[in-house]
Amino acid sequence: MLASIKTNHLTNEGQKLGMMYFRVAIILFGAQLLLGLVAAIQFLAPGFLFEIIDFSVARMVHINALVVWMLYAMIGASYWMLTDETEHDGVHIGLGKLAFWILTAAVTVVVLVYLIVQVGAGTEASIWLIHEGREYIEAPRWADIGIVVVVLIFYWNMFATYMKGKQTGIMTVMIADLLALAGLYLTGMFFTDNISMDQFWWWWVIHLWVEATWEVFVGVLAAYALIKLIGAKREIVEMWLWIEVLMLFGSGVLGLGHHYFWIGTPEYWWEIGALFSALEPVPLVAMFVHVLYDWGKQQGAAKERGEAGSVIVNGPAMTWIVLNAFGNFLGAGIWGFFHTLPQVNIYTHGTQFTAAHGHLSFFGAYATILIGMIYIGVQGAYGVKRMKATFNSKMGVFLTAFGVMGMTIALTIAGYEQVLVERAELGATWNAFFVAQELPWYIQGQLWRAIMGVVTLAGFIYLTVDLLTIGKKAQADEAAQAA
Amino acid sequence: MANKNVSVWTSIPFWRRSAAWVTGFAVMLLIWLSFDTLGQISMGTDADLKAGVTKRVPGATVINYHIDYKYNAKRGSEVPVIGEKQKFFGRDDYSEEEAGALLHLGKLTSQSKNCMNCHTLLGNGAYFAPDLTKSWLDPAWQNGGPLQGMTGKTTVEEAMAEFLQHPSQYPTHARMMPDLGITADEAKGLVAFLKHMSSIDTNGFPRNFSKTVDTFKAGGTHAR
Repeated sequence: MLASIKTNHLTNEGQKLGMMYFRVAIILFGAQLLLGLVAAIQFLAPGFLFEIIDFSVARMVHINALVVWMLYAMIGASYWMLTDETEHDGVHIGLGKLAFWILTAAVTVVVLVYLIVQVGAGTEASIWLIHEGREYIEAPRWADIGIVVVVLIFYWNMFATYMKGKQTGIMTVMIADLLALAGLYLTGMFFTDNISMDQFWWWWVIHLWVEATWEVFVGVLAAYALIKLIGAKREIVEMWLWIEVLMLFGSGVLGLGHHYFWIGTPEYWWEIGALFSALEPVPLVAMFVHVLYDWGKQQGAAKERGEAGSVIVNGPAMTWIVLNAFGNFLGAGIWGFFHTLPQVNIYTHGTQFTAAHGHLSFFGAYATILIGMIYIGVQGAYGVKRMKATFNSKMGVFLTAFGVMGMTIALTIAGYEQVLVERAELGATWNAFFVAQELPWYIQGQLWRAIMGVVTLAGFIYLTVDLLTIGKKAQADEAAQAA
Repeated sequence: MANKNVSVWTSIPFWRRSAAWVTGFAVMLLIWLSFDTLGQISMGTDADLKAGVTKRVPGATVINYHIDYKYNAKRGSEVPVIGEKQKFFGRDDYSEEEAGALLHLGKLTSQSKNCMNCHTLLGNGAYFAPDLTKSWLDPAWQNGGPLQGMTGKTTVEEAMAEFLQHPSQYPTHARMMPDLGITADEAKGLVAFLKHMSSIDTNGFPRNFSKTVDTFKAGGTHAR
């Protein structure tokens, strides 16, 4: 991947810019895992880095790096697909490159301020310059405005190129979805003294991103990837995409109600939130079936044509995309449904159970497919027709998936213990909280979470090494075959 | 596929139109419900409090009153109950402006000190430290509770403010709150913010909070 900075087979600027975004995404992914590990250790040894990098700081960087690396990879994937789908070189990509450097400089400054300044006085200046102290969208207001400017440039690149180039169904969904995704960010950019009002709009950003617009974006990526990786038929893939949009927005938009059970909002959200969020797993099943069905269908067709071997032209990318189909359903669908009904959620809301769901869903629904897209990028950058999984690819995918699944199970068990003792038995007070935190089975769960966190990090190292080396190896293999 | 579609179920335009209609309908319904909700969660006024009008989010002058969290048979859950006047840092006559300024300072401080990345507020945030939704009512902070006793203060607000300014002087568990440089004024604002939050109608979350004293008196839990 490093070699692709200077010498690569990419001829169009859109895809080059996509690769630039992918590289930063991987670095931020690493930062996410490191700070997550710090936070995990602090559950077991609270003195670790106390008043140096406190839990609040470690977690803020952990979840912000998560959101930002995913946005980077999503922007990268958008640029990658843009020129390919529209068959157009891209409008004002140079401006997009400038925006990339501005954004990357801003992200660096923001992270350094998080780590070094950490907290400010209770003034508006702190909100503008240090951070906003609102989970997931902590970025200070100056950075918010910068993000809006950069996103406007990005969107201009997308929209103008789309209007001038070929307008495929995949790109139509993407252009519409990105507009909603970017617009929603604005609903999180204000201050209010009313905490209920604060959280009401805060969920518009968080929920309508991760349970609506981001999910549709995943549908777009999967559609594109299936065409590229196994030669799936565009008509079928695009029809499925529209069905997915229907089901994802049909359930996800009003599924927002499941965040409005207990924040001061009226009781009617119990029914609305329960009904629509209970439907949210349905499109995820559909997406899973779609990916596997298309794969089987294409392989079968190849066999009938008498072609030996796999129809997959990029092994590791396909592995990650199949993992996405499964992980999205399991992490977002199953683990989400576990505690989405108000009857359950009144006990589970704000416990390790939520953390378990958070880990598996962000990984299953987003990390997987975005890594798949990065592999597609690497294949293109090295100009190889076929890219087979290496030992590092396999270790990367196995250890990361095993590690995240392990963390999820450990947190789920710790969460059950916490829910039953702290919430059901003792009533969620200060004392109840600490009684539950000190239960041996709870601590055991936290220990396994930390161990599985290390496994995930090991997987990440294999993954990074693979991304840096697989292209060259595939090139050498192709040259050897040709000789 | 260039031929006319044999069935509507395999027609892309059909699914595209359906997707647009379903999404449009969901968004319209969300916007309509949001307008209703925004009206219901807008902050009440001092006049509401004086007239005994129940608001889901009372005005800032709720800090002049005693707040309780009691089981309501009709609702089938615990609800905040705003009672008689109660002194807050020695006063029970904060004007709307004064109380509003305190709440403003408290909310700003809660964000700038990053409370939400250890604690949960209204159940949202991180899971490293106790939920703060009803912390104002927590028995540990009341007269006779371990947290109030530890600070040597005689009221909930003074005990909380003292702890917030010097958290590492009052360790209760191996897991401690770090010193965040909270000033006396900011601490006062934060306590006003916490007291206000405890008066918000959260549809009975957290459940059984009001029973917790009895539970502990009866021996707490045997889970070890």
